[in-house]
Amino acid sequence: MKSAVIVFPGSNCDRDLATAIRDVTGKRPEMVWHRDSELPDDVGLIAVPGGFSYGDYLRSGAMAARSPIMRAVVDAAGRGVPVLGICNGFQILTEAGLLPGALMRNAGLDFVCRDVGLTVENSQSIFTARYDQGEAITIPVAHHDGNFTADRETLDRIEGEGRVAFRYTEQVNGSSRSIAGVLNDAGNVLGMMPHPERVIEAAHGRSDGRRLFEGLLETVA
Amino acid sequence: MKTRVYVTLKGGVLDPQGKAIQNALGGLGFSGVNDVRAGKLIELEHDDDVTDAAIEDMCKKLLANTVIENFRIERSA
Repeated sequence: MKSAVIVFPGSNCDRDLATAIRDVTGKRPEMVWHRDSELPDDVGLIAVPGGFSYGDYLRSGAMAARSPIMRAVVDAAGRGVPVLGICNGFQILTEAGLLPGALMRNAGLDFVCRDVGLTVENSQSIFTARYDQGEAITIPVAHHDGNFTADRETLDRIEGEGRVAFRYTEQVNGSSRSIAGVLNDAGNVLGMMPHPERVIEAAHGRSDGRRLFEGLLETVA
Repeated sequence: MKTRVYVTLKGGVLDPQGKAIQNALGGLGFSGVNDVRAGKLIELEHDDDVTDAAIEDMCKKLLANTVIENFRIERSA
């Protein structure tokens, strides 16, 4: 299976994400520059990494979402190719219209960088199949703009459709209904603020993020 | 020609930055400020033949995130 990691100016988790994918698949993903307009043929997984693309100018993810490669990512998502956006990647996917809502400044205004508790709210998705429903996991966050915001109807709809993938078990950033990760309506796009690629082996202190990649790559292989 | 675009948060959206500004004003001893909402002012300098419709399109496609923000366009000579 071919995978691609999108790289923007200001991405800083692209290599961690590539390492996580390579570690689990045994195959190095292609790094695709934001100015490129095409993804590798037959790409089976697209990963949009964390960081501070374009210096968070205008709004976090706003500039990256309008870069040439994102047209190809939106097309691929429409064809059902799995797309995983982590942290700034989540912000970019909401700005690109692939996911609902928006990520605003943390309610406490502080940059939050620490381990947080999550529950797996939907273990049926291609991203969460290796977790148990309701399982408690711990994954680090590192963000300033992780305050997930959407109008009430949108929140009710995504909850009703089982599209909340992860929820915080503690107060982190003021997110509506403690939402930490959201799926699109087709279930092939996931955005999440926590960084699973930072906890994939014992040397990281824990490996709660590893099963996300294992489950995903098992499904799309 | 110049156009100003004012980008503001929608009514129901909480504004953590506005809240912090309000608290800081209180800390400086200013009383009576009941709410603060922070927004953005974007100034465009452009050719005369750039249409209103084009500027509105710019707002919808980039300058504002209409999930959480409203925009107001003010053209001047």
